[in-house]
Amino acid sequence: MYLTDSDLKAIWLTVRLAGIVTLILLLVGTPIAWWLARTRAWWKGPIGAVVGLPLVLPPSVLGFYLLLAMGPKGPVGRLTQALGIGPLPFTFWGLVIASVFYSLPFMVQPLQTAFEAVGERPLEVAATLRASPLDAFFTVAVPLALPGFLTASILTFTHTVGEFGVVLMIGGNLPGVTRVASVQIYDHVEAMEYLQAHRLAAVMLIFSFLVLLVLYTWRPGTKKGV
Amino acid sequence: MTGIQARFQLNWPGFNLDVDLELPGRGVTAVFGHSGSGKTTLLRCMAGLERTPTGRLIVNGEVWQDERHWLPTHKRPLGYVFQEASLFTHLTVMGNLRYGRSRLSNGHKVSLEQAIELLGIAHLLDRKPERLSGGERSRVGIARALAVSPRLLLMDEPLASLDVKRKQEILPYLERLHDELDIPVLYVSHSSDEVARLADHLVAMEDGRVLASGPLAEILARLDLPICLGEDIGAILDTTVAEVDNTWHLARMEFAGGSLWARDQGLSVGRRVRVRVLARDVSLAVEPPGNSSIQNALRGRVDAMADDDHPGLALVRVQVGDVMFLSRLTKRAAASLQVVPGQAVWVQVKSVALME
Repeated sequence: MYLTDSDLKAIWLTVRLAGIVTLILLLVGTPIAWWLARTRAWWKGPIGAVVGLPLVLPPSVLGFYLLLAMGPKGPVGRLTQALGIGPLPFTFWGLVIASVFYSLPFMVQPLQTAFEAVGERPLEVAATLRASPLDAFFTVAVPLALPGFLTASILTFTHTVGEFGVVLMIGGNLPGVTRVASVQIYDHVEAMEYLQAHRLAAVMLIFSFLVLLVLYTWRPGTKKGV
Repeated sequence: MTGIQARFQLNWPGFNLDVDLELPGRGVTAVFGHSGSGKTTLLRCMAGLERTPTGRLIVNGEVWQDERHWLPTHKRPLGYVFQEASLFTHLTVMGNLRYGRSRLSNGHKVSLEQAIELLGIAHLLDRKPERLSGGERSRVGIARALAVSPRLLLMDEPLASLDVKRKQEILPYLERLHDELDIPVLYVSHSSDEVARLADHLVAMEDGRVLASGPLAEILARLDLPICLGEDIGAILDTTVAEVDNTWHLARMEFAGGSLWARDQGLSVGRRVRVRVLARDVSLAVEPPGNSSIQNALRGRVDAMADDDHPGLALVRVQVGDVMFLSRLTKRAAASLQVVPGQAVWVQVKSVALME
């Protein structure tokens, strides 16, 4: 067997995490991006900066604050305990929430750019053709911004797959629960299992390359005249 | 109650719109003026694309907005043709036409087939907009606006982005629209040619205000608007082809008060044709003209005169029968002819343009 069972488990966990985070961010990030693309409010700047923070912040810093917030004494932790869910750190869902924050800019920024490129005119046209704003959003803005949705989803997914610092802070290293592929590689190296580390690292490398290859070569809707 | 009442005020940095208009509830009303005069903004206000809390718009008895009501754009039964055709690039031509169509609730006066046939786009239905020429795009844009069976059609320089040849290709379709559909149209343009050809009613705008509003011929015969109309000031006549002279390839165009010879363009006798006579092509004479290359000479009476936009020029309005002609003269010529209101003169017309 090329990969061990625990390697496969880690890969499956990583895919599940990245998939769930991408879905959540599609739901959460789309309205944020839409708002950022169209608002003229003065707090567009500050909100945009907050959304972009994870791009520049060391993951450990982000992880540290999230750990405090979700810990037993933090505001989020108290809420989850009061609801009977218990504290979130070192659970899969804690990792999901942390990753949502960590990957937020990778969803919002490409979407914002795509919505800005669509512009006001198609929506005005839709309004003169009897489409309500919500109707126009789904039947005009979304289809026209579809390449942006694709880019944003792929970037979010791959970025979540590649995260490491936040995982260590929030998730720790529990097999099958929070031990994702990047952590698994780290474990192999720590244990001097270089062959295992090589194999898993190669899988990650090939996966990342293939995704980027798709992203850079196949772009629907960018044919001439659009 | 028929008619359109529109009152809008907007105060933007560097631009004010202040408009209070009563427009006919049928036919084509041209909104004419230089760029920046507020034509497009007026149209956007009527469509509800600009918020005007103090605005008031009543279209043939239906209140679209006043102090208490405000219909959002998608609830206004209008059609809007944007300056660039602005087709949805993710849909085919048919998809574009159906977009508005499928969102209609009640009875439609215009059928989808009618819109397709009127604009001659039946062969384009399966294409994506990127595979259409500029002229075809414009026609699809117009058909799409018609397909929602609007009770008011707003057209914002639908031909502005096209070259002369494409314009000539589309104008006949617009004329058919005018003749075959009973939908009031507001047509924004800065081309006096299009206005002369299509409009029944004219609104002249400048700096966000209305300079004049009234029936086309009446406004064009006004002497106080030369700045607005510039080189293209002149008279519009509704004429009938009275006879065709096959020897000289000329047609006699009859109007209330006389007739004019124009180049024969293959029109049949009895056909009604709109004719334009530019002020710069009209000269005046006190004596009956003798031998001259100018074949059209009419007897008229000086009605009024005014300064033109150039200090050396004057505009003279002459009544011939029921029709007003405008003549652009140098002030020196006017002085040497001693032109005064009430004086009988000969009107010599050098060139007649058939708006066909």
